[in-house]
Amino acid sequence: MALTGIQIYKLLPQTNCKECGFPTCLAFAMKLGAKQVELSDCPYVTEEATAQLAESAAPPIRLIELVGEGHQIRVGNETVLFRHEKTFYNRPGLLISIQDTLDETAIEQLAKTVDAYGVDYVGVDLRIDGLAIEATSGDAARFAEAVRAVRRVSDLPLVLVGEDPAVLGAGVELLEGEKPLLIGANARNWDSMAELALQNGAALGATAASLEELAELTEQLRSKGVEDIVLHPGAARMGPTLAMQTQIRRLALKNFRPLGYPTIEFVGGSDDGRQQAVLATQAISKYAGLVVLDAFSPELLYPLLVLRENIYTDPQKPIQVQPALYEINNPTPQDPVLVTTNFSITYFSVANEVEGSGIPAWLLVTDAEGMSVLTAWAAGKFDAESIAKAVKQFDVAARVERHDIVLPGHVAVLSGELEEELPDWNVLVGPREAVDLPAFMKTVLSEGSTVH
Amino acid sequence: MQIEIPKDNWQGSVNTVTLGATPEEGGTRTRTVTIGGQQTLPFLHFEQTPPNRPVIALEITAARPGDWSPVLLDAWGDAIDDPGNWAGACESAGADLIVLSLGLTEADGRSADPESAVRATKSTLGGTGLPLIVLGPGQAELDNDFVIAVADATKGERLVLGLCEDSNYRTIVAAAMANDHLVVGRTPMDVNLAKQLNILITDMGLPLDRIVMDPTTGALGYGIEYGYSVMERLRIAALQGDAMTQLPLLVNPGAEAWKTKEAKVGEGVPDSWGKWEERASNWETVTAVALIEAGADIVVLRHPDSVTRVRNALDELMAVG
Ligand code: SF4
Repeated sequence: MALTGIQIYKLLPQTNCKECGFPTCLAFAMKLGAKQVELSDCPYVTEEATAQLAESAAPPIRLIELVGEGHQIRVGNETVLFRHEKTFYNRPGLLISIQDTLDETAIEQLAKTVDAYGVDYVGVDLRIDGLAIEATSGDAARFAEAVRAVRRVSDLPLVLVGEDPAVLGAGVELLEGEKPLLIGANARNWDSMAELALQNGAALGATAASLEELAELTEQLRSKGVEDIVLHPGAARMGPTLAMQTQIRRLALKNFRPLGYPTIEFVGGSDDGRQQAVLATQAISKYAGLVVLDAFSPELLYPLLVLRENIYTDPQKPIQVQPALYEINNPTPQDPVLVTTNFSITYFSVANEVEGSGIPAWLLVTDAEGMSVLTAWAAGKFDAESIAKAVKQFDVAARVERHDIVLPGHVAVLSGELEEELPDWNVLVGPREAVDLPAFMKTVLSEGSTVH
Repeated sequence: MQIEIPKDNWQGSVNTVTLGATPEEGGTRTRTVTIGGQQTLPFLHFEQTPPNRPVIALEITAARPGDWSPVLLDAWGDAIDDPGNWAGACESAGADLIVLSLGLTEADGRSADPESAVRATKSTLGGTGLPLIVLGPGQAELDNDFVIAVADATKGERLVLGLCEDSNYRTIVAAAMANDHLVVGRTPMDVNLAKQLNILITDMGLPLDRIVMDPTTGALGYGIEYGYSVMERLRIAALQGDAMTQLPLLVNPGAEAWKTKEAKVGEGVPDSWGKWEERASNWETVTAVALIEAGADIVVLRHPDSVTRVRNALDELMAVG
């Protein structure tokens, strides 16, 4: 954790020479503690003090960047145990593993598919972050071929997985100018793995079955000069993995440096491939920095990518869309008005359904501070008054002649009050879920059109 | 290197609640289900061995559901047309308990009434020996009528009756008190609203070991982050000793996931969504497991495959080494 002003003062020359622009070293230290000035403003600070200050300012979980040919992954830098305490910052990287025992065409094909995969979620293009090439063959030439095959078709960041430094070396030396991750070092090979990582500018994974061994290993790696470390806790099952991940996060946040690194979890390898859904869900929810799946399957990747978006959304900043009167499928003044809130997920699910129905409609989005219909209603941010206000604000009555206004089914209780607020309008109650809107629009809305 | 593991030392714990009653206990169930009792955040064995594991419920409906995905209808086949058969199929699929949702209409299209609600409940109890949760159709007046009739007709079974909401809980709580049943209360994704409803229910005199709470969660992709954090905050408050948050948590990943477009719709969606059935099942499983990580004690599912996967997850989470 950052030092206090008093702690910083002890590291300063204490001569009160005023060259920093402050009357005393203490005054300067206080400003520094509040991060309002730079240490370099004091010309007399010692190298040792600089190092100590830098160390104390370092985040409790080191930020690790993996770089491919252009793309990069950033993980670490987390500061809390629970997302509601502040937020989780850096989305865990999702990677797909490739065995070097596959033939070259198969490797190229898989890498290409992963590289090309993208899925739209509320307007965000979600993608796979990288590939993990596994040296299953144990053969250096074969492994190098696999790395080449991947690089012919994909520029994603790479994780190279194997225990033999000679084999991994044959792969990593092909990745000049990149920053891959080697998985990695263990109690037996750490010395030569550290050298390999340093020579090639790679980050290094540390694999061990217990926290003690893990911490010892990272200290050994640091003593060799390796700083970019990723922890690979070796627990096999969900319960023990959760325990280790929780302990690592707690210790790291207490500034226990030997475990102050992001983690990687391999969730494949079970007999039932579908079980990956379960393991990956825990990894994303509970503290993994990188998650490696052993198969490419869009029906699994899509939900996992969405889970990652959800868990890593900043709870303080709900994702919002602009309150406005939106036009869907080119509505005319004879078309109905649907109402919803400006929570982006709510907006997109409603807008998508209406669009998909092919039926023209107006979509009135109120300012509910980015909350969904139910949450906003409970918080008093989505009521008859605010809807009536939006109707006025966006001049709805002037733009739409047909005065049918449709409330979300979840807030059916508002219909009475809304009728009072909007006496010229016919208030209808729509379905609770967006997915049922097309059916509702086809039946209820096309039957009764009331032009006032 | 010697490392001192940071352990939380909580003062509070989750209430222990038993659902269902065997013949010796005044009911007809072949087994009961006990949840709660935790003194730690979920599955942290190094602080406390979890006294009870979370349980899996499968949801069935009194009459063939009109709005369920064809994937679900296919999975259950003809069993869907009879709550007793369906409940039996759920038990075979590995459920720990059953949720019976009463609807507004009967199979033949007539309006459901208290008698049909009792019939469906009795048929369900006949088709399975598992404990049962019975939920009204979601309209205050009908909920009350149906639930009173069901509560009277099943005295002593320790059913869980619902849904209690802040606008409508008195009748249901009274019916549960008079007939040795339990209740479930639902509030919309908010810690304080959840506490308030629990205060209202306990103020009527229903003991805390007969109440579970449903904080509402949202589905994966549709607000689950709110539900997830509300659950974590409720559970932390419970461990800190706030009595009105110490109720076991019941959540509905099945209903939440299966109303999303991703689960419900097979055609006209992007290729990047992948194969429909598998995607739908994953949507339910991922939602369920995320909520289990956040502290769920009862997860209500809809698809039999999800039961297998979630059960595997629970087995692994309950294992120490
Ligand atoms: S320049 Fe450095 S030594 Fe001089 S007063 Fe400022 S902090 Fe103290």
